[in-house]
Amino acid sequence: MQILKFTSKGIYCIPGNFYIDPWQPVDLAVITHGHADHAKPSMKKYLCHHFTKPILQTRIGADIHCQSVAYGETIYINGVKMSLHPAGHIIGSAQIRMEYKGYVAVVSGDYKLQDDGLSTPFEYVKCNEFVSESTFGLPIYHWLSVSEQELQLKNWVEQNRKNGKTSVFIGYSLGKAQRIMKALEGLGRLHVHYSIARLNMAYESAGIQLPEYQSVDLRNGTKELEKEIIILPPSLLDSQLLKKIPAVSHAICSGWMQVRGARRWRSADAGFAISDHADWNDLLTVVKATEAEKVYVTHGQQAIFAKYLNEIGINAMEVKTSYGEEEDYSTKTETE
Amino acid sequence: MKDFATLINTLDSTNKTSLKLEAIAHFLDAASNQDKLWFLALFTGKRPKRNTSTALQKQWLLEVTSIPEWLFLECYAAVGDLGETIALMLPPPTEIIEKTLSEWMQEILQLQEASEEQKKTFVLNAWNHLDYTERFIFNKLLGGSFRLGVSSKTLINALAKYFWIDATAVAHSIMGDWKMESAQFAQLVKGEYTNTGLSQPYPFCLAYPLEKEILNIEDWQAEYKWDGIRGQLIKRQGQIFIWSRGEELVTEQFPEIKNALLDFPDNIVLDGEILAYKNNEVLPFTALQKRLNRKTLSKKLLEEIPVAVFCYDLLELDGNDMRPQPLHIRRSLLENLFTGNRSSLIQLSPIVQYDSWEKLRAIREKSRDVNSEGVMLKYRESPYHVGRKKGDWWKWKVDPFSIDAVLIYAQKGSGRRSSYYTDYTFAVKQGDHLVTIAKAYSGLTDKEIQEVSRFVNKHAVEKFGPVRTVKPELVFEIAFEGIGFSNRHKSGVALRFPRIARWRKDKTVADIDNIDEIKKMIPA
Repeated sequence: MQILKFTSKGIYCIPGNFYIDPWQPVDLAVITHGHADHAKPSMKKYLCHHFTKPILQTRIGADIHCQSVAYGETIYINGVKMSLHPAGHIIGSAQIRMEYKGYVAVVSGDYKLQDDGLSTPFEYVKCNEFVSESTFGLPIYHWLSVSEQELQLKNWVEQNRKNGKTSVFIGYSLGKAQRIMKALEGLGRLHVHYSIARLNMAYESAGIQLPEYQSVDLRNGTKELEKEIIILPPSLLDSQLLKKIPAVSHAICSGWMQVRGARRWRSADAGFAISDHADWNDLLTVVKATEAEKVYVTHGQQAIFAKYLNEIGINAMEVKTSYGEEEDYSTKTETE
Repeated sequence: MKDFATLINTLDSTNKTSLKLEAIAHFLDAASNQDKLWFLALFTGKRPKRNTSTALQKQWLLEVTSIPEWLFLECYAAVGDLGETIALMLPPPTEIIEKTLSEWMQEILQLQEASEEQKKTFVLNAWNHLDYTERFIFNKLLGGSFRLGVSSKTLINALAKYFWIDATAVAHSIMGDWKMESAQFAQLVKGEYTNTGLSQPYPFCLAYPLEKEILNIEDWQAEYKWDGIRGQLIKRQGQIFIWSRGEELVTEQFPEIKNALLDFPDNIVLDGEILAYKNNEVLPFTALQKRLNRKTLSKKLLEEIPVAVFCYDLLELDGNDMRPQPLHIRRSLLENLFTGNRSSLIQLSPIVQYDSWEKLRAIREKSRDVNSEGVMLKYRESPYHVGRKKGDWWKWKVDPFSIDAVLIYAQKGSGRRSSYYTDYTFAVKQGDHLVTIAKAYSGLTDKEIQEVSRFVNKHAVEKFGPVRTVKPELVFEIAFEGIGFSNRHKSGVALRFPRIARWRKDKTVADIDNIDEIKKMIPA
């Protein structure tokens, strides 16, 4: 039985005649989550989780043709029984479960096991075929617990305050920025870049309460930001605007920051390994829990992770996709 | 070790000097005398010998984690540092134990007499009781290598600022021969042990690349810029010390120079260039290289590649610091030292005579003929500065050779550069196929490196371990200082100091140079 086919347009569900996260225009695109490398413009019709819909509308266009569903809700497409299950990656992120004639395939998109308190926690789904990402598929990536990470961020802000510094956090505007906000809740005023504020509305419309914040546009001056807490997207990392903030000390929040070389490359004043992807152990945990007979490994360390899975007795192969490389390589943090 | 770990973490990530200085000051406030001495020792190269091999550490890691070796090697390739790879791959500690930096160093020193089994127990136990950052530092201490994000100059400035003393004095005080067991940190930095160290060198005065034509040429002394090793020759109370610019004592590597210096007056310090020198001619740097970092010097090698020092400055005379004196005074005192022509092994670097800028330019253009790499211009009234100071010493190097070559192999860098492809191999044409000619690691901006990395990711044709073969498409101009026959590369030539001059986005692989033409650049 073959349900999935990896084509030049994206991951294709053969009996259902639809694509999952395609990178070229198709008739029906089922979208795992709202990050730009998974949700592309120009699809005739989109299908995604309720929480992802406002994100697509903000990012792609208010006029897109988009149907949304809840987690666990079953719909039939050309005889394929399809449902969405929480992936824990960001708000609205979903694993796509497809069942046809009793055979089950799951495309997980991007996922993580850690409960960040904002995304619906990851749900284990048993299947015959599992498509897994491998962004951090090397045994050097081990995340601290969410509470330890939050403590790290808080301590850094406290230390900056003692030294009269302004704390700037750099994190992807969808998912990471909101986690940073949550970690810093109660520490004082939070200034977030307007592009983050725009996506915060998607969270609020889903009924998720974020800490209070003020939207900021650095082009309107930075004087009043001294010694405050600011959250910015990675696109501002190399900009002059960042340098203009008085007494600035900036931290990058990204899984890549686990490695010293990456921290030094970005020459951030601090780097925190906080990621919305599964670390090495969690990737293994998830893959094993699916009990899949066949695992397709996509974007990241696909060759290495697939080889290792085969060595421990799990039938796996690597698959080339466009995920994770669409955003500028220079800001690897973007696709996280 | 928490204070030390915090310090290293900050020094290592930020590139703001102000933050680095702050972090060092915090550490100096918090740490004990012994910890501060160790800090100084580690950052000035006085580290202890390695007592456990990295091969053993790796073996122990594989045992602890049951990870296959190939996967370890993939991790190592991604991280670019062995001690860090191990720190990242280990399971989380079962319990944290607090020990000071000097306690750890003492225990590591004691490993010298330990059996392999004892070493293993000690290391595994330490790994199991340290958090990630401290584990990484512990592995670095264990490995005997310690290079972290602070230059010795920044360190000296931080200490000078902290103690409110002159940076020159600090540099002089900490450079010499002090003992961990007997030193007091504050006294050491303040120079209270300085006079006892006969060996202490002065910080070298360094030049900047020439920025524009010099107008009042009569105020400027010109010399050849020699392509050897910068050396400081010290003779004090009959004892001889030779220091290299890397602040390494290299006396024993040049026994003939040591001998020759015995004929000179006592209590002098000379600045000059150590060069390979045979039959009254300076040899290219590649010849000198064969003499460097040898454990033993065979008689044959000493005869095959004799060395000489070309001196161009006098830093100490009769035990007096001459550095505040203007150059023309130092030069005439230096010349006095050489009257009677003591030895061909230590000689005066000649002054280059010129009466116009055009003349000097012509001399510079021909400087390769005497195996020099250009000319130096020194302001006659200038003192001998500490380190790099703009305005009084200029270097005017001869233009490099250059060729256009195509990128064919790429490999990820190490350390800071480990996330990107930064190490490149280039090829030129031979008939209708390509032959490798040089490897180069530098010359591109961070942005360009990212762009090349993206290209490599998309266009990797083959994979040999960490090396990617890429489609021959990107053309670069490669600059280099010299060229000779060699069998290191398939092209049959080797370039001296190749680096990327620029990315020729305007050129395609059809426009690159041909090896037959390139070989014509080789001096007969």
